Order: sequence, then C-alpha cells, then structure tokens
Amino acid sequence: MELRKEYFADERKDDLKEIGQPRLRADALGHVTGTTTFFADRNLPGLLHLKMVRSPHHHARIRSIDLSEAGRHPGVVRILTADDVPHNVYTILTLIQVGPEDETVLATDKVRWKGEAIVAILADSERAAHEAAQKVKVDYEVLPAVLSIDEALAPGAPVVNEYHGQNFYRYDSGECRKVRFGDVEAGFAGADHILEQTYGSGPIEHAPTETTGCIVMPEGSGRFTCYTNTQAMFFTLDNTSIILQMDGAKLHMVGGTVGGGFGGKVDVTVEPIAILGAKLTGRPVSFIYSREEEMQISSPRAAEKLVIKDGVMKDGRIVARYVKAYIDAGAYSRHSPYGAQKSAAHFPGPYTVENVWVDSYCVYTNRTPSSAMRGFGVTIGDFALEVQMDKLARLVGMDPLEFRFVNAYRDGDMKAHRQPTEGAALIECMQEASRAAQWPVAEKYLQMSSARREG
Amino acid sequence: MAMRQGRGVAAVNYPTGMNLGGDPTQALVHSTPTGNFMVSLSSVDLGQGMKQIMAQICAETIGVPTDRVIIDTADTDTGPHCMGTFASRGTHRAGNAVIAAAKEARQVMLEVAAEELEVNASDLDTDGTGNIHVKGAPQRSISIFDTALAAHFKRGRSISGRGMFLIPRSYPDAETGAMKPSTCYAHACTVAEVEVDDETGEVNVLTVKNVFEIGRALNPKMVEQQLVGGSWMGISHALYETTEPYYPSREHGGRDFNEYLMPGPGDLAQTEVIVLERPAADGPYGAKGPGEMCANPQIPAIANAIFDAVGVRIDTLPITPERILRALKANGAEDAGTVAH
Repeated sequence: MELRKEYFADERKDDLKEIGQPRLRADALGHVTGTTTFFADRNLPGLLHLKMVRSPHHHARIRSIDLSEAGRHPGVVRILTADDVPHNVYTILTLIQVGPEDETVLATDKVRWKGEAIVAILADSERAAHEAAQKVKVDYEVLPAVLSIDEALAPGAPVVNEYHGQNFYRYDSGECRKVRFGDVEAGFAGADHILEQTYGSGPIEHAPTETTGCIVMPEGSGRFTCYTNTQAMFFTLDNTSIILQMDGAKLHMVGGTVGGGFGGKVDVTVEPIAILGAKLTGRPVSFIYSREEEMQISSPRAAEKLVIKDGVMKDGRIVARYVKAYIDAGAYSRHSPYGAQKSAAHFPGPYTVENVWVDSYCVYTNRTPSSAMRGFGVTIGDFALEVQMDKLARLVGMDPLEFRFVNAYRDGDMKAHRQPTEGAALIECMQEASRAAQWPVAEKYLQMSSARREG
Repeated sequence: MAMRQGRGVAAVNYPTGMNLGGDPTQALVHSTPTGNFMVSLSSVDLGQGMKQIMAQICAETIGVPTDRVIIDTADTDTGPHCMGTFASRGTHRAGNAVIAAAKEARQVMLEVAAEELEVNASDLDTDGTGNIHVKGAPQRSISIFDTALAAHFKRGRSISGRGMFLIPRSYPDAETGAMKPSTCYAHACTVAEVEVDDETGEVNVLTVKNVFEIGRALNPKMVEQQLVGGSWMGISHALYETTEPYYPSREHGGRDFNEYLMPGPGDLAQTEVIVLERPAADGPYGAKGPGEMCANPQIPAIANAIFDAVGVRIDTLPITPERILRALKANGAEDAGTVAH
C-alpha cells in the first residue's frame, strides 16, 4: 500500500502522535495463534443444542404438525413451536418505526420460503437434535410460489406475504422509493444519444469464517447471558425483548469478537429462540448455524434487477439518467426496505447529472429473505452504473476514463437527493489511477480539482 | 482459440453510515487510579480491528500512548448504546463518540494536573508519552500516572467523559426523494487487467490497481488489510460467488466451501492499493468509512476489462465462464469453439 500524501495536503495535519501510526493490533497475536475467545468457546454443563425443523417447500400451508415421535427421541428435552413464542410476528426495524411486522419466529399456518423455521428441537446433543428434527411430521398443502422479481410483480401473482398484501413494500411515496430531480424527459429530448440497458445479479453469501450463532446461560438471578456474534448488540437485545415480551433488564448480551460479519449478522434470528429455550428448560442453550444454514438459510445479499436509461451528449455529458431498481427481498422485509431506499439515494452515482429519475422497489418473493451485506443497496448498483458508463463512453467515442472526468461530481454540486456535494475526491482518485495504471488522459483532466470547477 | 487480454476501469463513491433513527453511538471513558484509560462501548469488532482503532483515537485525543488505553466493548451491561457495526459506520460513529468522551476526560485530567502544578489548565499540554507540562516550559510537568493518583486519592475527581454521535433523523420526501441518507462519502477508482480464454470462458485477473480516498488512514497497516481484503472480495463477487448459480432457480445452491465457489489464493490478482486522504469535516480525525466501498469498484472494472478483451458484455453477476461462452457464441465469434451445455 502506498499513501499519496501530496493530494489534499493543505486540508490535513500529518503531525499527530497516534493517528496515522501503523500500530500493531492488540488482538493480532490472539487471532493468529488461535487463543482469542469467540462466543462458541464456552463449555457449559448441561448445554442443550437447538436444531430447527425447516420448510422443504417454497410456499405452503401447514395443515398440521405432529411432534409425537420427535418428542420421544432419546435426548430430546423440549420442542418449541409458535405457541411458545410470546410475540411471534415481528420485524427488526420496528425499533426505528419501519413496519409492518411481517415475519414469524416459528411458522404458524404458512411457510413462505424453503428453509423457513417451523419448530425448534432442544436436545442433549447435536446429534439427538438433528435426528429428532427428522422425525417431526409436518403436513403441507403446497401453494404456487413466486421465485423472481418479474413473477412477483406480474398481474395476478400469488401474494407472498399477507402482512404486506402485495408483492412490494409500500413506502409513503407509494410502490417504490422515488427520487425526482430536474426534468428527465426534457433531458432525454435534448440528448444526442439514449442508451437503455438491464443488469442483474444473483444472491451472494457473506461467507464469514464463523457462522451465525449464540450460547445462552440462564443465570441464578433470573437474567439470561447471551454470548453472541451479532453485529449489533442493543439491536439484538431490544428485538429479543420485544419477541419474548421480556423486560430488557433480564437480558445481557456479550459479544464483540466476531469472525467476520459482512452484514450477515444484523438479522436477529438465533438469539430470541435460544433465550426462549433457556428460559423454558432452565438449561444453557447453543444455537449455531451449520455451514449449510449459513449459506442457504441466513439471509444473502439480494438479487437485483436494474434498468438504466441515459441521455448523453456527443461531448460526453450525461444529461438525463433514469433508473428502475428492483431488490429481491425474499419472503420478509428484514432490512430490505431500507436497502432499496439506500439504493435510491445512491443514484446517479458519483456524477453530476441535472435530470434524474429513480424508482427503487423492494420486492417480495418466496425466497430466502435477503438482508444487509457489505455494500448494501450500492454494490450491484455500482456494477450496473459503471458498466453503463463504459458503454456510454464507447457510444460517444470517448476514452472511458476521460468520460468519467467529464461527468464527475465536484464540491457544491447538488445531488439528485438534494444534498450538496462535500468532500468530493473522485477526480483525484481517477488522476492517481491514470498515473498508477499508466492509462493516459488529456492534460486538462489532470488539471481538474474536486474542490472547484475550472473557469 | 486464444488468450485475450483487456483492461477496464470503474470509479465509485460510498456513503458513510445510515440515517435511520439518527444513527447513534455512545462512548464512556474513565481513568484507572494509575492513569490508564478505559473506553466503554457496545460496538462490535468484526475482525476488522475496531478495538485497536478506538484505542488509537482515544489515545490521540487524551494525549497518551495507545497502549495506555483499554477497550471494553460489546457487553450490554457495561457499554453504552451503539447501533451496531455495519453501513461503514463503526470507525466514524464510534470514533466521534470516543473523541467527545476523551475530550471531556482530558479536560478533567488537565484540571487536576493544573491544581497539582498550581497553574491554569489552559496553559497545559500533553507530550503524548505520558506527561503533562506547562506550554513553553516542559520542565514544569507532572506524569499522567501521578495526575490520576491525585484525582483518585487526593482531589476526589473522576477523570472521565461521555461522548456521543447522533445526527437528526432524515425522512425522505415522498415526492422528490430529498433526503440526507448518510454523512461523508469515500471514493475509489480501480483499473483491472484480465486475460480471458475464449475457448473455456475462464477469466484470469492479472492486476487490480485500486486508488481509495478514505478521509484519513487512522492506522495505515489496518487500512491496508481492509482494502486489500475488500479488493479480493470484489474479484470474488465479479467472477465467482452466488448462492444460486441459476437464479431465479433455487437449484444448485452451495452448501459448503466445496460447492460455493470462491477464488483460492492462486486466483487472486496482483493487487495494488493507493490511498488518498481528504479529511471529512465530520469524521474522527477526518476518517470516512471505506469498509464496504473497497469491495465495489473491482466488479465493474473486471466486467469492463472482459469486454475489452473479448468484446462481450456480461450484464448479470457473477460473470461465469459459462456466461462468457454463451455470449461469445451468441456474438458469433469464431473463437468460441465448442460450447459446453
């Protein structure tokens, strides 16, 4: 790595004593010698193991659940069903007033995705829990499933989630989060070229080294200590308090040393049910996702579909940008209504475009719920935007890097979501990339500055 | 059939933090009797090194070496509220909270030292090695060790401070989408060079040159680890990863690291990272949040490089050999050869 201090040198003090120093991480030795304590490094006497019985269907009505054989399996201590969960229908963003509650902790009458949790087995060993889970008999009436964004939004599509009533999240702005800036139609009318392209992506796994999980200890005080690898301690505590209808003072979350998150540990999926198990059995409970659960059950990055239509002038200026973004939330909201909103705010990217129209949809399908992941609402948008930029440059016969200089935002430029640009540095990044990659650009681009426009 | 080379560029920005509920994080700082400093937080270290960065921020602000600072975090019985570690917010939000708390603690520390030295607190400064001295008269000094002892056993003062970060919540305008979704923005530009085998569709990423503007590299070694790791993840997202290779079909989903494709060490490009620092006005010592951004620009840069190499656009991620071969075939390229189905 190289620090190029000559850029923005007059905006920075470089004489600090601790900041800017490459100090050795205090936790580095523990990590590389395998002596750091993670949540699972606890051997509690009487520990129970929790295993979920999950839906094999994308969409089905549950006619009945027969636990009799599973309950007799040696080592099984307790089986939890929806009836045991005090506040079974929840959504995690209710803490900041983003509803409606739309997801069950344990399924009641329906399952809406393949892998949805139905009952939780608590047993003396992982093996016993796993074996007993096979003996739970669920009678399903399989329902038609909606597996893609296009199917979900087609007229007459089966409704994925009755708590929403339609297959998209309804914002105060309607069926999508909207950004309206300038006059996009006038922009297209005056453009020399128009290019409309569609981009897509599949779901992506966070792939942390350490899978999602927790271990809960019921304390003599009546409190519950939950050793967890959540990315958000109080978010988990407060949601658990709601789901279990338990005073937050009874909950004690301990964490903070996590083997990779990447956004995969911001859903509250293991702690409430494990704490409930500890409460109802009086014994410590471990609920740790298998690698298969981490990959197929834990929420991935959403699949997305993006339609970008641009109007561009012969000299390279983009004069209108129209974006329709569709985020595949899967069966439940989790964090996706926010992700689609964040996506809306991100367009048109780090460029100044006077006419912008964005519709960003959070779409429900009978799929594993997606949620936050590194680059939430932005990564796939950036893929689409920057491939589109490459196509536009070639359309007008410009060098792709020079084309970006022409459109790059500067301090003071108004963004489409009506915030003035501050602290811009795109131009300087491109100038340095031009040098480092030996990708020559015209001198006038090397003279540009993010801080001011020329002339 | 041939190996064809190409290069592509991409430029991106990325918002720091989120704005749901004001994005709060709080911090508490107090001294032990011998002048070490405890920082209490509930922020989570995901492996990126948040504890270390909070220690350096606290140390800089109070004016002590980093190894005098202990981070106690992610225990809800002891740590004040933090929204969590996500949205590239950890360093920025918790860092600002730690600075505010450390400033308050530093002020008490200087007041105690002033009483001991019989001077005004405003005339005192720290030397960064564990001492407090009169500005312009370094011989008139007291150690922070002795200052803390005096506070605890003689002056009855608590060398401590409270800090928090909170911004007014932004509600998007329903009609226009006017909103303030985040605070400062980090930036990047990446140039990727690839080699594409037009017989197999396989892509070998030769070099990835990244320029990242991150506000301030608080600890350059840790910045490097995060930016290089992110750059590798970008390659992985571009070419390999998905839980459902034939989305929207739910078949063929990976269940373990044998089935879920990721690049191995031999598949990673020669990676260059260059860092620019334009301090953010609202950042802790100018820092922005580059944790998410650093994995983004490689994806379109590689996609554009593949087009440059073989003349096909793959507009759906991941860009697998199969997709490249099908596109080459659709393009009528002679070199596509036999296409596997």
